[in-house]
Amino acid sequence: MHRAAYETILDDPMFGDISLTQFLFGRLTWEAIPYHEPILVVTFAVVALGGIALLGLITKFKLWGYLWHEWFTSVDHKKIGIMYIILAIIMLLRGFADAIMMRIQQAIAFGGNEGYLNPHHYDQIFTAHGVIMIFFVAMPFVTGFMNYVVPLQIGARDVSFPFLNNFSFWMTTGGAVIIMMSLFVGEFARTGWLAYPPLSGADYSPGVGVDYYIWGLQVAGVGTTLSGINLIATIVKMRAPGMTFMKMPVFTWTSLCTNILIVATFPILTATLALLSLDRYVGTNFFTNDLGGNPMMYINLIWIWGHPEVYILVLPAFGIFSEVVATFCGKRLFGYTSMVYATCVIMILSYIVWLHHFFTMGSGASVNAFFGITTMIISIPTGAKMFNWLFTMYRGRIRYEVPMLWTVGFMVTFVIGGMTGVMLAIPPADFVLHNSLFLIAHFHNVIIGGVLFGLMAGVVYWFPKAFGYKLDPFWGKMSFWFWQIGFFFAFMPLYVLGLMGVTRRVSQFEDPTLQIWFVIAAFGAALIALGIASFVIQLVVSFFKRDELRVTSGDPWDGRTLEWSTSSPPPDYNFAFTPVVHDHDSWYDMKSRGYERPLEGFKPIHMPKNTGTGVVLSAISVVLAFALIWYIWWLAALSFIALIAVSIAHTFNYDRDFFISAETVTATEDARTKLLAERT
Amino acid sequence: MSAHPAHENAAEAHHAHSHGHDAGHGSFRGYMIGFVLSIVLTAIPFWLVMGDVIDSKLFTAVLVMGIGVVQIVVHMVYFLHMNPRSEGGWTLMALIFTLIIVGIAIAGSLWVMHHLNTNMMPMTHEMMKTMP
Amino acid sequence: MSATQVHDTGEKPTFYLTEDHHPENSTMLGFWLYLMSDCLIFAVLFATHGVLGRNYAAGPSPADLFDLSLVAINTAMLLLSSITYGFAMLQMERNAKMETLVWLGITGVFGAAFLALELYEFYHLIHEGAGPTRSAFLSSFFTLVGTHGLHVTFGIIWLVTLMVQVRKHGLTHENRRRLMCLSMFWHFLDVIWIGVFSFVYLLGVLG
Repeated sequence: MHRAAYETILDDPMFGDISLTQFLFGRLTWEAIPYHEPILVVTFAVVALGGIALLGLITKFKLWGYLWHEWFTSVDHKKIGIMYIILAIIMLLRGFADAIMMRIQQAIAFGGNEGYLNPHHYDQIFTAHGVIMIFFVAMPFVTGFMNYVVPLQIGARDVSFPFLNNFSFWMTTGGAVIIMMSLFVGEFARTGWLAYPPLSGADYSPGVGVDYYIWGLQVAGVGTTLSGINLIATIVKMRAPGMTFMKMPVFTWTSLCTNILIVATFPILTATLALLSLDRYVGTNFFTNDLGGNPMMYINLIWIWGHPEVYILVLPAFGIFSEVVATFCGKRLFGYTSMVYATCVIMILSYIVWLHHFFTMGSGASVNAFFGITTMIISIPTGAKMFNWLFTMYRGRIRYEVPMLWTVGFMVTFVIGGMTGVMLAIPPADFVLHNSLFLIAHFHNVIIGGVLFGLMAGVVYWFPKAFGYKLDPFWGKMSFWFWQIGFFFAFMPLYVLGLMGVTRRVSQFEDPTLQIWFVIAAFGAALIALGIASFVIQLVVSFFKRDELRVTSGDPWDGRTLEWSTSSPPPDYNFAFTPVVHDHDSWYDMKSRGYERPLEGFKPIHMPKNTGTGVVLSAISVVLAFALIWYIWWLAALSFIALIAVSIAHTFNYDRDFFISAETVTATEDARTKLLAERT
Repeated sequence: MSAHPAHENAAEAHHAHSHGHDAGHGSFRGYMIGFVLSIVLTAIPFWLVMGDVIDSKLFTAVLVMGIGVVQIVVHMVYFLHMNPRSEGGWTLMALIFTLIIVGIAIAGSLWVMHHLNTNMMPMTHEMMKTMP
Repeated sequence: MSATQVHDTGEKPTFYLTEDHHPENSTMLGFWLYLMSDCLIFAVLFATHGVLGRNYAAGPSPADLFDLSLVAINTAMLLLSSITYGFAMLQMERNAKMETLVWLGITGVFGAAFLALELYEFYHLIHEGAGPTRSAFLSSFFTLVGTHGLHVTFGIIWLVTLMVQVRKHGLTHENRRRLMCLSMFWHFLDVIWIGVFSFVYLLGVLG
């Protein structure tokens, strides 16, 4: 019989027997602070010093008010989008630190050498790496782009529910905070990124690690789901006049499909994790080994969410590549319609392939055959997309600027990942490759080669839109080549190792002949580190060279979609007049048919007001999660009540909007007119 | 459209607007029809099970689920005012899509888990019920 | 979309609107999408009950535990609350503030009665030793029915909040929209309950 959380109270003969400390702090003691782990102490010191320095700088330059009023409480989709991407980049650094630690450990831990990470620590690292890279790097990155770009592409002034957007962002950040807290207070899960029971149950993971995992994802999951609802409503309801569905830019299309996937899968993750937490906290028997529980049900449910999640990440990347290819080849996208249908087909098919993640778990031939075939079918629309991009390039005037480099790099890399994916989709082959490093190489191949390359292309492509100056191309190219070459050095050896039968999540090895492959992989990881460093240098260098790189026209790449029709950075209201759309490359259409920018007749613009409720609700959620993780029940109850009270209080605020006066709009537009005149 | 005089367009737009308004509420008659139907459709399955009316358990089960589905449709139409026109058809589309996903998730789970249990734990349902 | 505003035939097409553009309000669609996502949470719970619902672990089965007449009364409470919410909406249509509030109040009372009966049932089951930790069947039963109950609880909190707001600000445009959202939520819970009593209680007792 396992002990559930509530029993820690009831087991005491009388409630009064619990000491005051236990009542006040639950299971949180000084033991939870990992001062005996030198690596963590050093990390903590670095993070603390860096954090203090940052806070000091903000205070010194009196930026708190600016940050609070202009950013934290902002309901402007553009600022929220940028904040999402900043969160993603910060978490990328953390997730990558985990990756390089694993690569170093595996490169040295051979024969008698145990390496520098004990299994207890190593297991937390691979779990944290997976969780952070998927939930707190890829997801906020993708959501950030959708937030920033979609309203601009459809000619809207904001999303449908601006407050909800701010709230979603802060809930995602809250989840990230909870995960980061586990680094210094207690421990993180040692279960792998999907926390399979019974390992993640109360019997085998009694500590706080899995609870950090659960509550981090639950808090962030609320944000993700709400942001998905918000963006669907935005795309359905807020499109500019004339923009029928088949005139939407491809990135908006892929965003629509992604958000449909989000709304139709994240609740499944939420419910599944809730059942796991009931097992852990209340002592129910959903996924336990005894009393009728079935751990396989968890694996089944989590992959019903997990597989569509892969497409949630990659579809927007496909959208970015479509925009980039059309722009930098100076051509209409080849096969717009087939691209749209391919996206929709992938969206539907992604729901009926989940079992390929557990072919080996015994569903038998009939079930495996069905899911193997559906999995292979998915490669058809994906292949169609690849040909669309290639045919767009065919006879185009290709400009190999940095976003286009990422795109070409993607085409080469992603196809390899796709082909190993089809290999894994064959059930008998999967029995050999399951849980091996081959699988690891495969999904890094598609996620780095597909998602990350797409996001990098997107950063370089839309950066001038967001900040008014381009990113320095030299460091951009350095970043690309380091990433591209580093990727092949880091992951091709893993394919080889996987075929030799090396399994994943192992921290020490016996066979010395394997070592060379791990050393090559570590070298690749070092190259990727240089790629990330180049990216950061690129941001810094470009900031200092911003006057040189300035984009006054608002349209640095000769763009084709609506976001390039407004100034860079766009004004708060995006468009002084709502655009009217005639074509899916609407800005290209406007440019080629003699569009003249309106110079007068501006009207007041109705806009939503900023609010701090999102920050407050997210902060309370973090406290609630912390209290639940550490069994501090009084704090949990208190923060839960506070959460409801603040939400209700928020609904009593009816004063949520204001008008940007016609004078302000005129002044802003006149300034731009002047700027454009100076240019010519 | 552009051939119509302006006032007609305006009237049309107004009509469309007020129509969308109606779609959100329903009428007394509609609510009463829905209520009576749902009482009948609730009473029948309870009666079937509590009164042990039909010998075949399987048939009763199919009937209960079938009537449940009918009652869900009744609620959707009379209480939630679902129709192909509300919100430009998007609510109905979202509902159909969700029902497909719900169907995939539930039927898929049952199918997968059934095969898993048969292959990995060869035992009967009776054994499962009594297994500690 | 606004076909009237797009003239694609002339030499100089219109590329922007000079008058103010008001996109349709998205609240009802957004709320409906939320309900759809909630629907999937219940789908997981139903699927779990479908898979684990017969794993009694040598413990009590639905036929031993469930009192169908209690469930019937409970269902009646929920159905009544649904029709009274409908009446509230009809009064709102007529712009009758007091009547709307009265019907909303009655709805709340029926909702509370439903919750009280459910809590009584839970208390009774736990008292008999058939709590959520007894077997996988009981775990999934308590979770599914409890999640529905939790939704009803939040519905009641929301209902009370809205009653205060209607009292304070009247049947304003904003408040009407909120009442319509809650109406969708309330009727949606009915729909879920149909699934619960058919699939969990009736089929459970049937064995």
